Amino acid sequence: MARNPDADNAPVKKEIESPTSKYDAEKASSFKVVGSRPARPDGMDKVTGRARFGADMVMPGQLVGLILRSPHPHAVIKSIDSSEAEALSGVKAVVTRDDFAPNDDHADVLYNIMAREKALYEGHAVAAVAATSRPVARKALKLIKIDYDILPHVTDVDEAMSPNAPVLHDDIITKGVNPAPTKPSNVVARSEFGHGDIDAGFAQADEIIERSFKTAATHQGYIEPHACVANVGADGMSELWCCTQGHFHVRQVCASLLGIDVSRLRVTASEIGGGFGGKTTVFIEPVALALSRKAGRPVKIAMTRDEVFKASGPTASSSMNVKIGVTKDGRITAGYGEFRYQGGAFAGAPADFGAMSAFACYALDNVKTEAYDVVTNRPKGAAYRAPGAPMSVYAVESVVDELAARIGMDPIDLRLKNAAKEGARSSYGPKFGSCGLVETLEAAKAHPHYSASLGPNQGRGIASGFWFNFGGETCSNLNINADGTVTIAVGTPDIGGSRASMCIMAAEELGIPYDKVRAIVADTSALGYNDTTEGSRVTFSSGMAVIKASQQAVTEMCKRAAMMWDIPAEAVTWEDGCAKPSGPNAGDFEPLSLAEIAATAGKTGGPIAGHHEYNADGAGVSFGTHIVDTEVDPETGKVDIIRYTVIQDAGKAIHPDYVEGQFQGGAAQGIGWALNEEYIYGDDGKLQNAGFLDYRMPVASDLPMIDTVIVEVPNPGHPYGVRGVGETGIVPPLAAIANGVSAAAGVRMTELPMSPPRVLKAIDDAKVAAE
Amino acid sequence: MRYESPQTVEAAAALLAGEEGLARVLAGGTDLLVQMRSGMVEPDLIVDVKNIPSMTSIVEENGGYRIGAAVPSAEMNEHKGLCALWPGVMEGADLIGSTQVQGRATMIGNLCNCGPAADSVPGMVAANAIATIVGPNGRRDVPVIDIPVAPGKSTLTKGELVESVFLPARPKRAGDAYLRFIPRTEMDIAVVGVGVSLELDGDGVCTHARVGLGAVAIKVLLVEDAAKALIGTKVDDAALEKVAAATSAACKPIDDKRGTIEFRTKVAGVLATRAAKIALERANARASNGGEK
Ligand SMILES: Cc1cc2nc3c(=O)[nH]c(=O)nc-3n(C[C@H](O)[C@H](O)[C@H](O)COP(=O)(O)OP(=O)(O)OC[C@H]3O[C@@H](n4cnc5c(N)ncnc54)[C@H](O)[C@@H]3O)c2cc1C
Repeated sequence: MARNPDADNAPVKKEIESPTSKYDAEKASSFKVVGSRPARPDGMDKVTGRARFGADMVMPGQLVGLILRSPHPHAVIKSIDSSEAEALSGVKAVVTRDDFAPNDDHADVLYNIMAREKALYEGHAVAAVAATSRPVARKALKLIKIDYDILPHVTDVDEAMSPNAPVLHDDIITKGVNPAPTKPSNVVARSEFGHGDIDAGFAQADEIIERSFKTAATHQGYIEPHACVANVGADGMSELWCCTQGHFHVRQVCASLLGIDVSRLRVTASEIGGGFGGKTTVFIEPVALALSRKAGRPVKIAMTRDEVFKASGPTASSSMNVKIGVTKDGRITAGYGEFRYQGGAFAGAPADFGAMSAFACYALDNVKTEAYDVVTNRPKGAAYRAPGAPMSVYAVESVVDELAARIGMDPIDLRLKNAAKEGARSSYGPKFGSCGLVETLEAAKAHPHYSASLGPNQGRGIASGFWFNFGGETCSNLNINADGTVTIAVGTPDIGGSRASMCIMAAEELGIPYDKVRAIVADTSALGYNDTTEGSRVTFSSGMAVIKASQQAVTEMCKRAAMMWDIPAEAVTWEDGCAKPSGPNAGDFEPLSLAEIAATAGKTGGPIAGHHEYNADGAGVSFGTHIVDTEVDPETGKVDIIRYTVIQDAGKAIHPDYVEGQFQGGAAQGIGWALNEEYIYGDDGKLQNAGFLDYRMPVASDLPMIDTVIVEVPNPGHPYGVRGVGETGIVPPLAAIANGVSAAAGVRMTELPMSPPRVLKAIDDAKVAAE
Repeated sequence: MRYESPQTVEAAAALLAGEEGLARVLAGGTDLLVQMRSGMVEPDLIVDVKNIPSMTSIVEENGGYRIGAAVPSAEMNEHKGLCALWPGVMEGADLIGSTQVQGRATMIGNLCNCGPAADSVPGMVAANAIATIVGPNGRRDVPVIDIPVAPGKSTLTKGELVESVFLPARPKRAGDAYLRFIPRTEMDIAVVGVGVSLELDGDGVCTHARVGLGAVAIKVLLVEDAAKALIGTKVDDAALEKVAAATSAACKPIDDKRGTIEFRTKVAGVLATRAAKIALERANARASNGGEK
């Protein structure tokens, strides 16, 4: 599942999935290329520095764009005077809120990219300049005079929900509450999921545990800051080069904000230095376009790291309560959770996704979850890998772990006993199709890691997790070249090795070697609309489009062979990369290879190509189970991750290296989130740690080798059985590590990150309490 | 902005003294260039000291070593004699940043930047390292502890720069160690840093000790009470407990994004005992090695 962060907030709820395609078991039993591990096509460029990322584009006459940002977390912008900046020699354009017309379709995005009546967080853009050099641009920013009326601010989710909190927007009236409130508040929406009767369920329980949890906001931490170059011509024809996970979405939003036709804006996605969901929306792109339009010259904007932290989209912080009841023999009788997420200054905290996925690993008779989407004076959140799920699953899996200990049951056995499986009603509504949670749990139990011995001050944690996955609008082209090579154009930026997977799938269908196929990410004018690279959708959706496009090309090549042999097209089949007569009755002809058919295509009707465009459904959920060993220094509270194993259902691993890479990356980011990463706000409402020194992501030496096990329970909705794997991997780590640290420290950790001061205090407080 | 690269320390001092605007010495540049890029400092003159022979060499002197102020950490840590004589000072410098950063970063840059969390400074303070300063009025020797005043502020006056730092000779049974606490394993800034230097007599009784403490006050501190707790003991558990208490008591930390007052105070004591134990082991190992470098 994915959510366009800029559009509607209601997650898609579907009773029955209607897959676009069906699993082809026969084909899957004889793969030749799928499952191999060839080098990625973009690898050489990336290790030699030849790859061009967002900031690597240079256009003739290009100007430097810089953005002026609010120093206040919450303030009315009474006036903006940019006359002195405009008069400075070398300044070619200044834009402010006055340069963007109101926009009903993307009101929040517009407000976020350029503050309107108020600045809503420290770092909120208030003006931008384009100048001939960076020093001139810097000087110009200092000359812009802004008259602020400073307002009280709030950055904590629970405080923002309290009745006397400063209110950010006077038009937010909580949705999903009956009767509707009469006054505006910071609570955007309340939503509820579940089924059964939890009170009855709790009455059946022998043990009930109820706890509160908190998690800090984290950033995706992509290495490449946002960067773009915009070039608006005198005739309004515009081009935009940017690092993004979805250039079609960028085009749509930018065209709308600038009031131009979609056809006049051509967006090219650069190579991308990480996104993890954070590059599914726009921040600087409309500003660069507006500056370029005003200046009549290309404008490049590249964020600094400070700007990335303060003004791009981190994920939500959360405050949660979870209550679970269990019988002595390990049957979960009821589960309840309340999830309060703040997603920054605008609607869209993924609390609903958190509530939907919290109990997704369990087949429960009685389950209820409530979600609150709350606004605060922080930057507008963006998606971050399985948005909303890691936090809620942390809360639920912590309580499940504690219950297992309470009733003296192995935590994997407790999970197996209650595991979600095919036909079970999910906690968020629909019934599960074929899925692989049980298989990951069984593989975890059998893994040598699970039975390895532990040293002093060490503890082992396990947790399972889930993500919906998504299909979406997809379109791709495939061209058979005259020399027998093949070029594929997809519209989904490659953030995890997907070009390699596309080439593998085309090679498989066409029956030619991997290195005869090349895939590119085409610009927005070259293909029909493609949804963004998000929701773990690309190998599934673009992959299926490539398979179908290949099949179309095969049909055409059979037709051409038939023409050359002068037999009916139905009498030709495609095998091992060649057209062959389908049987002795069809005639006696030597097979014609793809290259031979391609070489004479000019004489048989012209170029050969395939294409496919559709709205993919049937993405197929993915479950995973993680095992982690932690060691806690009881005198300093420092946590070391000693050993880590990820076990996840991939449906079918097209390129196993990149599947393992997704598993490892999810675990690595989860380790950071669990141990040290956090947005730290001062009482002044300002971010205290907007840089990699004090926003502590793990470095390579902080991580052990992360072992992986790929489980393959085919997705019935994909011809090869593919399930998306990009997001599930970040869902279990928070919980698994918290369970491990709690075991090692001898005290239950209920707040993330488990930074040394917090762990040491918990240990010392527990000692005092015991005395 | 002007860039100069003089050949002598006197010429460097003259350039610094003659500049009317803001002048800065450039050693490794791993602090200075970062600060310039972020707009924190905008110097009018930069004096690169990496072409001055007396500032780029390591010379043996009276059984100790004189280290040029522009010698990078990586070069010191490849020097066998230095590493054998003052392993604690060297490990402090070896913790700065990463391998790449250490190819440039100097101890004196670390010192003159005056950050309270500078990793090489507590070790130098414990070693009672002496800096030689050159300025318009000639040369003077100053203990390292007396150079930093507060973040970004030192006792160096206009036109002065540090030419070298001297680490003295040691008796046979002597050892030092530096430990820092960071939440990660590298590329981080010390939440607490402790350097301990010990000398013991033939019976294993501590005759001399110094403890340097970083990141818990406005500047690096010399903890005399912790040293007193060690002197006259065999560095046993009872002494170590007192070292921890004295070190914690010396802390004047702040609550910030890097750690709470409570945390820093406690961990300072923990690190002091751990560093003292390592220094003791090293002293004993060195003695059994015949005091070899
Ligand atoms: C990625 C990274 C990681 C880092 N990690 C650490 C770390 O783990 N621990 C740590 O302590 N520091 C760390 N630092 C900071 C820095 O590397 C150290 O402080 C380093 O020792 C500075 O030495 P330098 O030679 O590069 O100093 P420079 O940047 O050249 O100079 C620093 C300051 O000292 C002045 N100065 C230099 N030499 C003299 C002199 N001879 N006389 C008078 N003034 C002088 C300069 O004018 C400047 O103000 C890190 C820096 C980076 C960029």
